[in-house]
Amino acid sequence: MTPNLTYIVVIGVLFATGVTLLLERSLTRVLMGVILLGNGANLLILLGGRAGEPPIVGTTSNEEMSDSLPQAMILTAIVITLGMTAFLLALAYRSWQLFGHDEVQDDVEDRRIMELAERDEGPGISETDDSPDETSDEDAVAVEAGGAR
Amino acid sequence: MTFLVPLPVVLPLLGAALTLLLVRRPHLQRVVTVTVLVATLAVSAALLAQTAANGPMAVQVGGWIAPLGIVLVADQLSALLLVVSSAVTLCVLVYSIGQGMADGHEETPLSIYHPTYLVLTAGVTNAFLAGDLFNLYVGFEILLVASYVLITLNSNETRIRAGTTYVVVSLLSSLVFLAAIGLVYAATGALNLAHLASRIETLPEGLRLVLQGMLLLAFGIKAAVFPLSAWLPDSYPTAPAPVTAVFAGLLTKIGVYAIIRTETLLFPGGRSADLLLIAALLTMVVGILGAVAQSDIKRLLSFTLVSHIGYMLFGLGLTTSLGLSAAIFYVVHHITIQTTLFLAAGLVERRGGSTSLDRLGGLARLSPLLGVLFFVPALNLAGIPPFSGFLGKLGLVQAGVAEGGMLAWALVAGGLVTSLLTLYAITRVWNLAFWRKPHPEMPGPDATTTDDDDDESTGEERPGTLLPRMMVGSTAALVLFGVALTVLAGPLFEISTSAAENLLERTPYVRAVFPGGAP
Repeated sequence: MTPNLTYIVVIGVLFATGVTLLLERSLTRVLMGVILLGNGANLLILLGGRAGEPPIVGTTSNEEMSDSLPQAMILTAIVITLGMTAFLLALAYRSWQLFGHDEVQDDVEDRRIMELAERDEGPGISETDDSPDETSDEDAVAVEAGGAR
Repeated sequence: MTFLVPLPVVLPLLGAALTLLLVRRPHLQRVVTVTVLVATLAVSAALLAQTAANGPMAVQVGGWIAPLGIVLVADQLSALLLVVSSAVTLCVLVYSIGQGMADGHEETPLSIYHPTYLVLTAGVTNAFLAGDLFNLYVGFEILLVASYVLITLNSNETRIRAGTTYVVVSLLSSLVFLAAIGLVYAATGALNLAHLASRIETLPEGLRLVLQGMLLLAFGIKAAVFPLSAWLPDSYPTAPAPVTAVFAGLLTKIGVYAIIRTETLLFPGGRSADLLLIAALLTMVVGILGAVAQSDIKRLLSFTLVSHIGYMLFGLGLTTSLGLSAAIFYVVHHITIQTTLFLAAGLVERRGGSTSLDRLGGLARLSPLLGVLFFVPALNLAGIPPFSGFLGKLGLVQAGVAEGGMLAWALVAGGLVTSLLTLYAITRVWNLAFWRKPHPEMPGPDATTTDDDDDESTGEERPGTLLPRMMVGSTAALVLFGVALTVLAGPLFEISTSAAENLLERTPYVRAVFPGGAP
């Protein structure tokens, strides 16, 4: 297929929106991002093959045939993306069950430093630390600290 | 003998189907899984012997001649890694069975554990044997999907939290890989690795660099190379001990394997050598500095895992036969040792009730056997002579000195500092967890009588803190395997040297896939 501008712009938009959503905290939005990125990647693979008539020997001459290999690969990739989507949905649901939200959490190290900051022991952290809005996270931090120590 | 090549993939997949049918018969499940893994190990050993004698072997799946069909290729590198990985998976499985039986309830391991574990094994072997990029992607996906399930097993709060990071990061790397495959196919019209080996060379320099960069990015995330490694220490330690052990041993090494394979076969000539060397240096140093700061054994081990990935990239980045063979030796050594250490950490958790260094103490007196099981692989990891860790690092240092450039010398220095800091981190664990007086909060018979000498015998009566024989046995088997790597280092280095020469020469691989010459 000759590179078609519309096609390329669509792939670009899918990738851009996908990456933006992937950077969100909510797992549901991350899931949307993964789906968009997956579709972008699939279209990108399709772009690699030649377009043309159905690749059936006897009905189409060799020169007019489309390249069927990218289509086969996309089929595989779609199945994999489907499985991943289902798994991420289950993960988001389980997270909602356990925490009441589906946001991706800070890692252990971040939480430990935040904890130190609250006790004014962190390196170079003073009272400028914006702790008032973290009251809802404190329970989770305490639970985690109990598990990790 | 080419019929052997697909077996390491087919056997675990069939076993997974069978164990899924046997969900209600846990005993039979165990028998099937162990049998399948023993068979996989035997086949892998036969493959290693075959490839050492006759060079790489390829099988055209479904009878379609390459490059039309899917090709599975076993060369010395993949056969060697197959042997090590199946030996390690077998030991870890026995360990997890022991854990489940000792805990006495049917849920651990869950009935889904065995099928998932076998699927993971199939993904690993498929990635090692894949002869084209898309099959490599499928292998990665198989093992990743299985690992998603294993890391969120029991799905409690910490596992969901850590699992989310792991899944999202892995998905991102898979998508980068998929996009890279799309671009490679668009540029060359081929995906077969042997076919690509000749076709990529005809591409313009800039395009080749883009393809190489995207593949390196995708594999770098999986291998936890420094700027892309932050996900690993956060997600691995929360999983159950056997799961962490098998992840630590195998999953990152498959990323390393993919980097070695693509860099040597598709992009020869070392155009990205400097990039690899700088990444290697940063991975080693930053990783080990992270390990030094940790107060939890599992997190500490995860950081050493990241750090030592740097050694393998170091060997690869030198682009000499000596460096590559030392890197391959190091991969083999590190798979074994890192898994052993995580299994030992699992035993520490059972015996001491925690893996936090603030809460442990006196384990060497409580259980001298556990002390030995931890101490030997720990010294091995730090590179104390005469263990294989020392031999691997020695090989890398020799290769670096032989190369002799500024960057190579920096890497040699970085490698030695990392080795020293590993020793420091490991010694800290040893001093705090094994040598000082037991912590008052530690479960066990000596919680009240810290100075009592005969706590070994009373410890046996408590089912919760008992060290089950199967778990200790499988860990001991892996420790012995690690020591065997030292004893057999001569023949092993011979295999890795000839594997490295074949990789750099490239023609044996291509000729195995296309006996009549590349199209």
